[in-house]
Amino acid sequence: MSSRIDSMFQFHQAALNLRAARQELMASNIANADTPNYKARDIDFASALQGAMSESGPKLAMAGTTNRHLSGATGDTVLGSPVLYRTVVQPSADGNTVDMDVERAQFADNALRYEASVKFVSEKGKDVLAALQG
Amino acid sequence: MSLFNIFNIAGSGMTAQSQRLNVVASNLANAESTTGPDGQPYHAKQVVFSTTSFEGQPGAGVKVDSVVEDASPMRIVYDPKHPMADANGYLTLPNVNPVDEMVNMISASRSYQNNVDVMNTSKALLLKTLTIGQ
Repeated sequence: MSSRIDSMFQFHQAALNLRAARQELMASNIANADTPNYKARDIDFASALQGAMSESGPKLAMAGTTNRHLSGATGDTVLGSPVLYRTVVQPSADGNTVDMDVERAQFADNALRYEASVKFVSEKGKDVLAALQG
Repeated sequence: MSLFNIFNIAGSGMTAQSQRLNVVASNLANAESTTGPDGQPYHAKQVVFSTTSFEGQPGAGVKVDSVVEDASPMRIVYDPKHPMADANGYLTLPNVNPVDEMVNMISASRSYQNNVDVMNTSKALLLKTLTIGQ
């Protein structure tokens, strides 16, 4: 029975974790808005959530027989999904790719969606309670 | 947890930007200082930002890597009456460009405000998270 309740919350748990991780990436972008050669980063939320919800688990690692073989890893990952770099709209002279308008908009958007997910979890909890108490 | 790490990231951004503001204040205050403790005119200083990563986290903070002396040439004016003028009557003034410094100041204060906003949003989200199940 408990696994049934678990699976009810699993989706929102994954969504909240991903939103929090994405919020952290946006915060890094905003903090590094003036750092030369910093590249703005983000995750593809839709595919990250799909990956977190799918049963397939992590992809097979490439086998290497010598330390000169490439590992096949593509860099940083957030909860199993790769961290991507933003496409530059207006390149700057110091190699920094943080566009403050984009970052602030995405930050606000992500914060609102996080709050929405929190609301969904709360309401779901109330639903379960109502069903249990009759 | 990701949202707590945002406090470190935004905090590092605020520290770095306030150091930058400090350097701007020093440059503007010494824009006319023809001599210092070493007997030389004041040299304008600039901060160099670099990215710092927290281990195991995709998010990255920012730190002041170094404070370098501005390489632009010193201002030379002809003022034989000045006590610090050389034998030919030329006076060396600091290479502080007040316009550059004002732009730097505005940019630093805006970036600081952005980091404060990031921190406030994260705090609001964390408080919202605590209300799950209430």
